[in-house]
Amino acid sequence: MMERDLNDLRESYESGKTKEASWRESQLKGLRRFLMDKQQDIMQALMQDLGKHQIEAFRDEIGTLIKTLNLALKSLKDWMSSKKAALPQLALLTSAEIVPQPLGVVLIISSWNFPIGLSLEPLIGAVAAGNAAVLKPSELSPACSSLLASSLTTYLDNKGIKVMEGGAEESQQLLEQRWDKIFFTGSARVGRIVMSAAVKHLTPVTLELGGKCPAVVDSLSSSWDIEVTVKRIIVAKYGTCAGQACIAIDYVLVEKGYCSKLVQLIKLYINKMFGDNPQKSKTISRIVNKHHFSRLKNLLADEKVKESVIYGGSMDQDNLFIEPTILVDPPLEAAVMSEEIFGPLLPIITLEKIEDSIKFINCRPKPLALYVFTKNQTLQRRMISETSSGSVTFNDAILQYAADTLPFGGVGESGFGMYHGKFSFDTFSHHKAVVRRSFLTDFWYRYPPWTLNKLQLLQVSYNYDYLGLLLVLLGLKRPSKHVISGHM
Amino acid sequence: MKIQTNHKNLEARDLSIRYLLLRFPPRVVLFTKRTRAMSSEDTEKTTTSKKSAFDAETASLLVKELRGAFGSGKTRSYQWRVSQLNALMKLVVDREQEIVDALRNDLAKPPLETVAYEIAMLKNSCKVALKELKHWMIPEKVKTSIATFPSSAEIVSEPLGVVLVISAWNYPFLLSLDPVIGAIAAGNAVVLKPSEISPATSSLLAKLLGDYLDISCIRVVEGGVDETSALLQQKWDKIFYTGNGRVARVVMAAAAKHLTPVLLELGGKSPVVVDSNINLKVATRRLIAGKWGCNNGQACISPDYVITTKDCAPKLVDALKTELEKFYGKNPLESKDLSRIVNSNHFNRLTKLLDDDKVSGKIVYGGEKDESLLKISPTVLLDVPRDSLIMSEEIFGPLLPILTVDKVEESFDVINSGPKPLAAYIFTSNKKLKEQFVTNISAGGVVVNDTSLHLAVHSLPFGGVGESGVGAYHGKFSFDAFSHKKAVLYRSFFGDAAIRYPPYTNTKMRLLKALIGGGILGIIRALFGWS
Repeated sequence: MMERDLNDLRESYESGKTKEASWRESQLKGLRRFLMDKQQDIMQALMQDLGKHQIEAFRDEIGTLIKTLNLALKSLKDWMSSKKAALPQLALLTSAEIVPQPLGVVLIISSWNFPIGLSLEPLIGAVAAGNAAVLKPSELSPACSSLLASSLTTYLDNKGIKVMEGGAEESQQLLEQRWDKIFFTGSARVGRIVMSAAVKHLTPVTLELGGKCPAVVDSLSSSWDIEVTVKRIIVAKYGTCAGQACIAIDYVLVEKGYCSKLVQLIKLYINKMFGDNPQKSKTISRIVNKHHFSRLKNLLADEKVKESVIYGGSMDQDNLFIEPTILVDPPLEAAVMSEEIFGPLLPIITLEKIEDSIKFINCRPKPLALYVFTKNQTLQRRMISETSSGSVTFNDAILQYAADTLPFGGVGESGFGMYHGKFSFDTFSHHKAVVRRSFLTDFWYRYPPWTLNKLQLLQVSYNYDYLGLLLVLLGLKRPSKHVISGHM
Repeated sequence: MKIQTNHKNLEARDLSIRYLLLRFPPRVVLFTKRTRAMSSEDTEKTTTSKKSAFDAETASLLVKELRGAFGSGKTRSYQWRVSQLNALMKLVVDREQEIVDALRNDLAKPPLETVAYEIAMLKNSCKVALKELKHWMIPEKVKTSIATFPSSAEIVSEPLGVVLVISAWNYPFLLSLDPVIGAIAAGNAVVLKPSEISPATSSLLAKLLGDYLDISCIRVVEGGVDETSALLQQKWDKIFYTGNGRVARVVMAAAAKHLTPVLLELGGKSPVVVDSNINLKVATRRLIAGKWGCNNGQACISPDYVITTKDCAPKLVDALKTELEKFYGKNPLESKDLSRIVNSNHFNRLTKLLDDDKVSGKIVYGGEKDESLLKISPTVLLDVPRDSLIMSEEIFGPLLPILTVDKVEESFDVINSGPKPLAAYIFTSNKKLKEQFVTNISAGGVVVNDTSLHLAVHSLPFGGVGESGVGAYHGKFSFDAFSHKKAVLYRSFFGDAAIRYPPYTNTKMRLLKALIGGGILGIIRALFGWS
């Protein structure tokens, strides 16, 4: 079955259909119609899989996708056009350009936490770039997965784009096939498996992974500033899929002296935003499944870690709900500070000086995002130049996901490759170098035999400018009159 | 005007080239800063690890040391990068003769080829990097949209860290240092592993880099499979590999363990389509220059085989015979203008391709071999069967098979039925055919009416697709290949939209939709919205 589907896709691609601008446009429009028509169904599926609130669903998935689609449709012609390349030295009757071309048949494997967003955002890039594609949504978000498999496909060309559902076994089978590109969003552990599988066919991969994204909070003096900071932190943690996001704030770094103020405000605003009983407010997503629930529960099992919990901590196993939880200075060797949390637990680590956060961050694997809340420009500059992360955002969080002009991707353990906006188109393209020449210009000195005369003349003429010599040899530059007349 | 050569002249010419290079010494290039003064003690400290066994532990210590050096921030400064690039430039200028000699040793490469294709290309790479580096290092400001208003944003290029460059034997100098230029320009610490199949160049590189560059951040490790394996076990921030598909898989598999991004510059069978109604003489000369004039066919973008129509084929063969004789004389095995085959392994491999039953009768020119000198003369074969060995693997040698088809358009199917090559060439005057070729042939790069020269255009990305590789470099693309493009978004505390925060009301929902939809009124209301 899979083989037949893959043959369909390859045939579609080889027929040249997917390269046509009209096909790409029709697919992008189909995707947009799906998002508009099926909004309710999508929101329902997200509620089912993750208990995700409609606003989150719209803000983080549907809305951003529509924004991307509008951009792609508007820019498609521009993205598809060849770009002239500068020809440095005079190159006779030669033109050079870079022609973007699709890679072929690509595989997109997405994750369960933003099951619609993380599936379709790469797909938009793949389609805009003219590829045929297979989308393998995560089985851990089954309602969304089957919505994509059954409903999305009615809006698209099924011979060019397919959705294949399944778990580890199906993924393994898919990974054994020949792809022209694999785009993977998920954990580093599975990222290694994907890249290892790609070795067989030397398939290029993009890996969007995760990490512990820190939020550095400076001792802000203005109460307006710190309140906005706290609100943004809360939304970036508990208000984004309950912290189950690759760019969610994982932990906070703050100066000792400022910690109690920060904690006090966080508690205050959690209450304002979610009420006395956050679970009842139905605003916060639930934990995706029992496995992750147990994992998060175990993070708090350690005695010392338990002691550091100063707010929240209650867990409802039946409903897979964990309330917003704050920890202050848990032991750094504990799992909660060494693994990506991916849940609504927020450790706050105190430091002597806020500048110590640079060293703290650098001792750990490079995260996908770094957040810094400060007005101190020196600190801002230091953060950019002395730490490494996929991205840096000042005085806000998560929002960088919505910026089309910024590349979205990791570095080191948080992945490699990037997408969003035109970067998506580029990531699914091959940029082919094309040079054209005419027959009219050709010079004898390009060719052996290398007589003394030839070499001498060239040497003298070019005054040992070997680049000039090279260009003459390649016929890209006319030798000086001196040379020609000298030889004649 | 005809240029005649014979044996006597060849000998004299060889001496005269050397004489010339000695009599007209290269210009001295000034550079602004030397990072360190070499003391004699330092020279004692080997920059290579050839003497003791270079095992995984040694490799691990090496990486640790370089990480420390990188961590100190030294390689990030503009001054350091410029100093290293200037030092490389000086190295190439000062030691030109040694470089030419090493390449003659390893490959019998004609000095002019070395000077033009390795030294000149390298100098140009350095020049371009030196000229543009300031630009490249400046963060790129980007526009922000309503979605993040008010905000400003930029993309900052930062070095990846400690990178590994593994190079090949055919252009051992260029393919080692060109990527290193990119790595340095981008601010990384680098380990270079030159190919052991070109040993003279490998040890020259070890010596020269040790003498001229900052050895606390740039190192050369010489060796073969064992040393390379030891290196590949370590965690690198990027691996740049030039070579063949088989070893590329080993490199990528090792990289997968550490989630290290890789750039693979591989090869393939680069086809040449020859149409009718062209200036056959010029086309043939360009074909010869690209094939035998570049390391005697041992180049990743060498024209591998030709496809032409049954009508054109005889004319092409005649033209090739005529021009080849003009270029290399009646006894090409004795011509000093041709590189030799790099070693006996490859010599035997190529001999096998020629001895193949299906093919040995198809030789129309050349086919001479001299095993003692490891030389094979330029050889042209006509109408070899598609399933012969010579048509199934990259030739990488001085053999040029010609396939014939009825109509020139059929050549496209022939090419597309195989793995994507690193380069594809077409000689035609037919505009439509040109465009069809450019659009429909998938290859790393395409050249119309010439061969190989896209390599020298630094504003073009040089890299493969499919089996011919992953990623590209040259010019700014080299800088980008060794950089992480970090997105930086600046937001202020002003301009906070209450719709972002719970509790989520229906009104907020409406506003959010308006915001993303972009309706201006909706936006205004949303931005200065309700609390």
